[in-house]
Amino acid sequence: MAKMTMVQALNLALRQEMERDDSVIILGEDVGVDGGVFRVTDALIDQFGEERVLDTPLAEAAIVGMSIGMAAYGLKPVCEIQFSGFSYQNFHQTENHAARLRWRSRGRYHVPMVMRTPYGGGVRALEHHSESREVYWAHTPGLKMVIPSGPRNARALLVSAIRDPDPVIFYEPKAIYRAFREEVPEKEEVLPIGRSQLVREGGDLTMISYGAMMRPTLAAAATLEEKSGIAADVIDLLTISPLDDELFVQSVLKTGRAVVVHEAPRSFGPAGEIFARLMEKAFYYLEAPIERVTGFDVVMPLFSREKAYLPDEQRILRAATKVIKV
Amino acid sequence: MPRKEIKFPDIIEHISILNEYGEFDEALEPDIPGEFLLRLYRTMQLSRKFDERLLSLQRQGRIGTFPPISGQEAAHLGAAAVLRPDDWFVPAFRETAAEIWRGRPLESVILYYNGFNEGVDIPADRNDLPLSVPVGSQILHAVGLAWAANYRRTDNVAMAFFGDGATSEGDFHEGLNFASVFQTPAIFVCQNNHWAISIPRTKQTRSQTLAQKALAYNMPGIQVDGNDILAVYVAAREAVDRARSGGGPTLIECVTYRMAVHTTADDPKRYRTDEEVEQWKKRDPVSRFQKYLTTKGLLSDEKIADLDAGVEEEIQAAINRAEEQMKMLGDPIDMFEHAYAEMPPYLKAQKDAFVRALAEKGKEGNHG
Repeated sequence: MAKMTMVQALNLALRQEMERDDSVIILGEDVGVDGGVFRVTDALIDQFGEERVLDTPLAEAAIVGMSIGMAAYGLKPVCEIQFSGFSYQNFHQTENHAARLRWRSRGRYHVPMVMRTPYGGGVRALEHHSESREVYWAHTPGLKMVIPSGPRNARALLVSAIRDPDPVIFYEPKAIYRAFREEVPEKEEVLPIGRSQLVREGGDLTMISYGAMMRPTLAAAATLEEKSGIAADVIDLLTISPLDDELFVQSVLKTGRAVVVHEAPRSFGPAGEIFARLMEKAFYYLEAPIERVTGFDVVMPLFSREKAYLPDEQRILRAATKVIKV
Repeated sequence: MPRKEIKFPDIIEHISILNEYGEFDEALEPDIPGEFLLRLYRTMQLSRKFDERLLSLQRQGRIGTFPPISGQEAAHLGAAAVLRPDDWFVPAFRETAAEIWRGRPLESVILYYNGFNEGVDIPADRNDLPLSVPVGSQILHAVGLAWAANYRRTDNVAMAFFGDGATSEGDFHEGLNFASVFQTPAIFVCQNNHWAISIPRTKQTRSQTLAQKALAYNMPGIQVDGNDILAVYVAAREAVDRARSGGGPTLIECVTYRMAVHTTADDPKRYRTDEEVEQWKKRDPVSRFQKYLTTKGLLSDEKIADLDAGVEEEIQAAINRAEEQMKMLGDPIDMFEHAYAEMPPYLKAQKDAFVRALAEKGKEGNHG
């Protein structure tokens, strides 16, 4: 097995799926010759040519709208929106058509496309390059919303997303594109969409997160155990929608305490939905009010202040301690 | 260094073959078999009568809101008539005559405008997308379909329809640009009916023609008399032939007129005069085509009467069938279908809870 960054692992997923299936087409801005501004599509144009790796004009709605047409035909377009902050320019195509074509045509057509896009803070980027707006997509019936947290699960989830018969919005946590490496097998590996994972086990507390926030969440869990002997179940959602509530509900039935961590703004964020599921399915088992550690309800600040905005280990620890003390 | 002029094509061709008096230009007249012409005429007449009947059903509360097509039959039917069933037909929502031509049953239209999405069933033998309501957004799908048809080495084309208002949307410009850059076999048919609800064509854009917008994308653009089905057919055939043989996309502007309301929820008296409507009624696409076919000896008073009777009968039968079908439809549980290939667990749970609640209420779930 080779040690890979997330960028390399995603590239592997794309290359292998393109080798396996000639209906997989890549399109987007700078995805060809340049290999993508983060190099996720690096060298794919050399192997598969301009016919399957399309450097498009600069227009997000057209990238997604054209992908919808390709997908309705039966191809499997994997389009890249260079930064999720620009995906609002294609929101209407995603909401009005990608998410609905199966329903609108009563199953005659479906849209097996993937929209890959980097999201989130932490790379000292310009305005519009650091937001975390997964809720927009997760709130849209007909779409799936996936966020990996490391090289290995990123590769396996992207393979699943490409093979999925429904449109998948694939958010890539750019803060950890190259932050660490993991062993990624050359051999095909898939992870089911709609399933979360228990990545650390403990019976005292349930910590739920995803994407780039898994790192500070896991760090907080380790510190908690080391310093206070409090052991947490840590759950990596991996898919935001369809949300797998089975695993975290099971965990909270056991622990009675939960902390949810995300960098998206607090109000109406994913934690709100997770809280609601816990109220519906685990209310009588709760020992303490649930805490959430999130971004603030402000415009994502420019990078001099982004660290202050993003949840970190200290904030997560404070919330966990509060939940434990009740 | 010098200040100089850059030349680019600045002429837009306009085609008119058959005028409002039924006179036609023999040099431009296309060679179309009589049987095909009669099929076109019958579809126009059926669509017109159906439109009128739908309007009356709507006023009686027997269907919901719908967008009439009267006046625009030639503009969309003339273009769609060039397509093969396996070509991609990408409609907006004012192309009913073309849909009927492609094989959409009349009762499915009635079902759809009665709020039953069972009315959008599309059989596998024709490559039609369902109606698209967000203005202009479907243009991009035609680009993707056409690109895919080309990638799969077929000679299929994709034809997208939209109105004059859509030419102000970003999706229109992005679609034309992408189609041109990738040289996809896409045909863009603009039904310029002069009114985007209350906004006249002159306020939609300062451009002299809509067809000229193609020039910016280095794509052929042509304007035709959209009430002249022969002109529309000729322009569309040229565009489709070019696209099939690898010549890339074309924009066709069909100059026509929406003789009725935007939708049945609209009151055009607020923004346009009866005189203007009357002027356009004189340029009716159906009556001029009828004159043409009569001149050609393909129609007679007797044949017209026979054909009209057949059309009325067909419409009545479709209404009867639709009303029968609707009695069987309306199960609200259907709304949970076709969300995903596989229903996610939380949605299954919502559906199950809803089914239980319905059972408790003792409702039959039928409001047809």
